[in-house]
Amino acid sequence: METPSAFIRIENVQKHFAEVEALKNVSINISQGELFGFIGPDGAGKTALFRILTSLILPDSGSASIGPLDVVKDYKKIRKSIGYMPGRFSLYADLTVEENLQFYARIFKTSVEENYKLIKDIYGQIEPFKKRRAGDLSGGMKQKLALSCALIHNPKVLVLDEPTTGVDAVSRMEFWELLKKMQQMGITILVSTPYMDEATLCDRIALMDHGNILSVETPVNIAKSFKGNLLSVKTNQMYGLLSDLEQFPHAEQVFRFGEFIHITFQSENTPEIIENLTSYLNSKGHKEILISSVEPVIEDCFLALMDQPEKA
Amino acid sequence: MTERGNIIEVSHLVKKFGDFTANDDLNFEVKKGEIFGFLGANGAGKTTAIKILCGLSEPTSGIALVAGFDVGKYPDKVKERIGYMSQRFSLYNDLTVKENFRFYGGIYGLSSAAIKERTNYFLEKLEMEKTRNVVLSEIPLGWKQKLAFSVAIMHNPQVVFLDEPTGGVDPITRRQFWEMIYETAHHGTTVFVTTHYMDEAEYCERVSIMNEGRIVALGTPAQLKEKYQAQSMNDVFIKIAR
Repeated sequence: METPSAFIRIENVQKHFAEVEALKNVSINISQGELFGFIGPDGAGKTALFRILTSLILPDSGSASIGPLDVVKDYKKIRKSIGYMPGRFSLYADLTVEENLQFYARIFKTSVEENYKLIKDIYGQIEPFKKRRAGDLSGGMKQKLALSCALIHNPKVLVLDEPTTGVDAVSRMEFWELLKKMQQMGITILVSTPYMDEATLCDRIALMDHGNILSVETPVNIAKSFKGNLLSVKTNQMYGLLSDLEQFPHAEQVFRFGEFIHITFQSENTPEIIENLTSYLNSKGHKEILISSVEPVIEDCFLALMDQPEKA
Repeated sequence: MTERGNIIEVSHLVKKFGDFTANDDLNFEVKKGEIFGFLGANGAGKTTAIKILCGLSEPTSGIALVAGFDVGKYPDKVKERIGYMSQRFSLYNDLTVKENFRFYGGIYGLSSAAIKERTNYFLEKLEMEKTRNVVLSEIPLGWKQKLAFSVAIMHNPQVVFLDEPTGGVDPITRRQFWEMIYETAHHGTTVFVTTHYMDEAEYCERVSIMNEGRIVALGTPAQLKEKYQAQSMNDVFIKIAR
């Protein structure tokens, strides 16, 4: 894991809240300019890790640094070099769009004018509404304002905790186009998301669960690491299909996937499995049966990893 | 299959806030037992429409019949017959799981015996018996959402309205949530649901897509994909809303 180019180093970080071990023993290195994604279920430890990196809480043990700066010892400098967008909308609802931005600029002893070029692409989209109170913005516009405020002090690193939760598909797409632009400006971006299609857009992804990092890989390699063969199934009775597939003898994992259901097998003999599955579904009364072999995507891998029984 | 009646009938529904038209002449029907996806961009007017259908907000003009009653005239009659899970988590964080069931069961007018029976039923079903006396603030988001859904259907409503129930929820829990939706619809309760996850739009029998206060598309996912020459509901949505 140790690479000479590591810009953000997280080493053996542990953190507990009361009896909950939020982070068990987390180590990751992230390169400068990387767009790095964190995915995992609720309570996996993503937010705790982000709060340690942004110097808002202290680790119980272990260390983390950004460039030459330690997140505990150099917290004042760390805060100047990081832009943080927390999971909940945390701007001032009763200030206007413009006032929020000026407020954050002033806290960091800069001005909107001085760094306008950094936020021009994003802020330009909400500038027509600059006199509107932030609380009255739509979800997508709130996200753009929050990102503008996180960028206004010219940070080297952006830490974004589920920036697109509750945001519609079009605004999400636009938001990720903006992130790519930020990355081209040389900013290192750490982002968590519950949307698996967004995970695909990262350079690398850490998959977290129960305070552990399960894997750190590129999206392509995560998809390659999928164990087994995947079939996509559709019939005229989608309600009963899930439980029928779960009872099919060779099925390992069965999940709904948009208009299809994905089912995993370990057998190499896919044609034979398809033949057996077709006659099995016929016997259960399904009609218009469509079965095809598909390549796994990140969401399949996530579901497979999370579905494993918990290790004691 | 016999023709199902309508549980919701919306005709020329308009809602204005000052000069702003949040809902601009909405017309649609939802069938009994249907899973109806109510999609749209942020700020398109979905939550406004849901609040009207639930009797929480009065329409400026037009008529909405919900569970047999004109919701503008008889909001209380409608409220007795529906369940509502709001966008922001709707249970009380400082009450325990059991207390939340008791509180909402009381509001829905269930007897003590019925509340007890329904609470046990849902906790067993969700495999959450151990959390009975846990304060809600200590429960993970995905579990809370499943509890909030259970509470919204504990009085066996004719329709349940779910406003972004799976926002921020991980892929496994989202799927468990949708199994609950399927089962609820299978038992005859109509499910009216909003979501930003377009794979979930595929799980609906029919979906409508709102843009700037109007319904701009309505049909089964297959019909919409064909009409807009799109591979997935995500593509349909982007073609319509961008």
